[in-house]
Amino acid sequence: MEKAAIVIDNLTKRFEDVTAVDGLSLEVENGELYGLLGPNGAGKTTVINVLCGLLEPTSGSVSVGGYDVQKEPVKVKELIGVCPQDAAVYPYLTGRENVELFGNLHAMPKDKLKRNTEELLGKMGLLEDAKRRVGKYSGGMKRRINLIMALVHDPKIAFLDEPTVAMDPQSRHAVWDFIRELKKENKTVILTTHYMEEAEELCDRVGIIDRGKLIALGAPKQLIDKFEEKNLEDVFIQLTGRRIRE
Amino acid sequence: MNLQRVFSLVKKDLKKMIREPAILFLIILFPVIMTLAFGASFGAIGGTQSATYEIGIVNMNSEAYKEWSEHFIGNLTDTEILKIKDYVDNETAQADLIQGNIQAVLLIPENFGESSNSFWKAPSESRLWVNTTVHLYVDSGSMFATQAIQPIIQQILAVTVYGAQPSSTARPIQIGSPSLVEASRLTQFDYFAPGLFAFAAIFLTMIVAQSFTEDREKGLLRRINITPTTPTEFMTSQTISNMLAAISQVAVVFTMAFLVGYRPLGGAISLIFAFVIVTIFSLCCVGFGLITAAISKSPGAATGIAFIFIMPQMFLGTFVSVGLSSVAQSAGRFVPAYYVTDALTSLFLRGAPISSPTILLDITVLTIVSVMVLLLGIVLFRKYGKA
Ligand SMILES: Nc1ncnc2c1ncn2[C@@H]1O[C@H](COP(=O)(O)OP(=O)(O)OP(=O)(O)O)[C@@H](O)[C@H]1O
Ligand SMILES: [Mg+2]
Repeated sequence: MEKAAIVIDNLTKRFEDVTAVDGLSLEVENGELYGLLGPNGAGKTTVINVLCGLLEPTSGSVSVGGYDVQKEPVKVKELIGVCPQDAAVYPYLTGRENVELFGNLHAMPKDKLKRNTEELLGKMGLLEDAKRRVGKYSGGMKRRINLIMALVHDPKIAFLDEPTVAMDPQSRHAVWDFIRELKKENKTVILTTHYMEEAEELCDRVGIIDRGKLIALGAPKQLIDKFEEKNLEDVFIQLTGRRIRE
Repeated sequence: MNLQRVFSLVKKDLKKMIREPAILFLIILFPVIMTLAFGASFGAIGGTQSATYEIGIVNMNSEAYKEWSEHFIGNLTDTEILKIKDYVDNETAQADLIQGNIQAVLLIPENFGESSNSFWKAPSESRLWVNTTVHLYVDSGSMFATQAIQPIIQQILAVTVYGAQPSSTARPIQIGSPSLVEASRLTQFDYFAPGLFAFAAIFLTMIVAQSFTEDREKGLLRRINITPTTPTEFMTSQTISNMLAAISQVAVVFTMAFLVGYRPLGGAISLIFAFVIVTIFSLCCVGFGLITAAISKSPGAATGIAFIFIMPQMFLGTFVSVGLSSVAQSAGRFVPAYYVTDALTSLFLRGAPISSPTILLDITVLTIVSVMVLLLGIVLFRKYGKA
């Protein structure tokens, strides 16, 4: 069997006063679309930051695409595309310029960059606004550009941290279609979301974490059956015991 | 080093400089305004075109009939367009003429009184006259001095000595044809101008500090960090962008200064030197900006903290220090901007060659300090600035 695309082994991440991730272990297979669910502050973003090398683990280890993130960060950076939870965009650049900048930072060939940029802008419905400065975009438009910037270089592995938050239904469905396409192209994706129907709709498997610990793992259908609920949202509430706040 | 990455980052920075009004102001408009303002208030604009003309007079008339020369000077003083300044000897008068403080020097000879008197005793018997010559030195660069001063003096002389009726052409007192003296017309602006170049670049510190703290706050530094871009590529792009900004500042200051009449000594070579030395200085400003960003929690704090680096350099290392005491001026040796201003002053104001020891020392010290500050900034920012 091929080695898993992402391996998290007994990962703990402590900040001064909180333990954000607490002895977490999980594996994501090649080509899998993995949903990382959990209430606010559960540690989802922290996990992603460790996976892309922004944060050092307090203990434990993580590997991405077969490379140890601590030992070979550059190899990992070449493989991944990361859509941050808070849109990180240059306000004085236009939408297209933001996207092209990140394609260039991945050293993409010019013609491929042009092609991908236009294609993604088209799919996200931003072709018309692509020549406007992002600083003048609406919140949802910024988030769409944010997502395109993460994927323009066609990464093998994508970390999408709440990619659809604050989007209107049309945009959200466009993103869903888009994520399904990534799956067809056999990309490995970790998706975090607070929309349970999104996870149910898209993910092969979901892991629910709370206070930095994995508390449930399985395909959405399996979990619904196992906990005898009618949908994933009820499973989530039953397990985490708190209301979803986003 | 991947050039595609470096260039795309530089392109991004240049777009920022052009598109963000606050930065465009600080980089381009501010130097334009400073140069024009200083040009206007310290003389480059219309510097020597005043409505009155100063003439230095050296009265060498002996005690004999001295009242004649005093009368002559009195009449000169009465004219509205001439301003008279007395000198005790020709040397001091000539020195002022060379420095452009006065436009002409008039030498009244020892026997001026005697000559005038001889004319009055026998106006029609020219063989009894004591002949003499009044010498005139004029600033060759002043249109007025070369064209108008002699006729004016001629006329006043006629009124003073011969009365209002200059009947015959024969006279005992001649005005020698004016000797042309090349005066350097230094205005106060000439002293200020070298300091304008460093002044403009100093503010790059603030721009760098703000842009790093802002990008950090927006998560953009992290985002670049998760691309394969190396820290070296990123810092190289920052350095190049700010060097380009510094180069355009020098071009702007030169253009504006030239438009208001500034003509530095040294020609094209010193012009190129100015670009080079300010570009080196920009490394130092990037370094200070990084140090500021490393210790600032927010863009607002960065603006304030940047002034810790800007103020001393501004007061001790730019045109602001022109009027300072010598103690304060030697304190300038502790700020990098001083070396830029010192080198450019030697070059533009004193016409020193680039190979002169002062200038070589200045650029050596500046280069060493700038590279060290830049490296320190990079180290500090990588260590403390990422949070
Ligand atoms: N840089 C940091 N310094 C200190 N504490 C942090 C830091 N980053 C995260 N934390 C803490 O770690 C915990 C997990 O945060 P994290 O952002 O991973 O949660 P999350 O699951 O992504 O939440 P959300 O759904 O709200 O995005 C929180 O208690 C948070 O306050
Ligand atoms: Mg999060």
